Amino acid sequence: MSKMTLTTEGDTHIIVTRRFAAPPEAVYRAHTDPKLIQKWLLGPEGWTMPVCINEAKPGGRFRYEWINAKGKGFHVTGEYVELDPYKRTVHIERMHLPDPTPDNRVETRFAADGKGTLMTMRMTLPDVQTRAAMLATGMERGMEASYVRLEQMI
Amino acid sequence: MHDLDDAFSALADPTRRAILARLAKGEATVNELARPFEMTQPAISQHLKVLEDAGLIIRRVEGTKRPRRLAKAGIEAMDQWLGMLRKALENNYDRLDQVLAGMEKHKRGIKR
Repeated sequence: MSKMTLTTEGDTHIIVTRRFAAPPEAVYRAHTDPKLIQKWLLGPEGWTMPVCINEAKPGGRFRYEWINAKGKGFHVTGEYVELDPYKRTVHIERMHLPDPTPDNRVETRFAADGKGTLMTMRMTLPDVQTRAAMLATGMERGMEASYVRLEQMI
Repeated sequence: MHDLDDAFSALADPTRRAILARLAKGEATVNELARPFEMTQPAISQHLKVLEDAGLIIRRVEGTKRPRRLAKAGIEAMDQWLGMLRKALENNYDRLDQVLAGMEKHKRGIKR
């Protein structure tokens, strides 16, 4: 069952939605508490996040560093713009590959949905080329996962 | 017929994937393709040749220009990549489901 949607909107937006069987407070905490973030925001299998700093307050900074089994890694830095606890966050982030990518403005909403939560993440990139490049970069990590699966099948 | 290995190695480079993603928006000249990537025209042309040889893009002749567009195989490749990106994100959220279930259990444990 695929509960996630990933769509593009206009020239510069990417929208991700996902439902969770937990209340907005828990989902919000899992997105802002470094100890919880480290457990799930990992991408393909084999990647870990040895550094996770998250100051969940307006103007607060965050820094996520990922590394794979081969020692290859990259990191993301960002700043919070707005926080409305358990309901909504707005932050700016960029990937360092190692040169920083253009800023991505991310608005995340956590809405009560029955006993669970509907999360809606709306990313805004500066232009259509940046969005295309970002999707292409994300695909690289996705591809790594498919290589791993391939190795397991052989 | 193009070799599957050629298509696969053509996809191995992030710049070439970004070029394909740009062409997914529509036809573009070499100049237009070079601009966002901060690369020289010869460097971009080299990438375009790899993509062409792999059958992922097609060139058209228009006066002195040679605009490129996605071939059917290129469109299919793009769809596959988006599927893989989706999969990586889904992996994250499947893990988050487990984290949330653990939090709920922990909360119940404290109350008891």
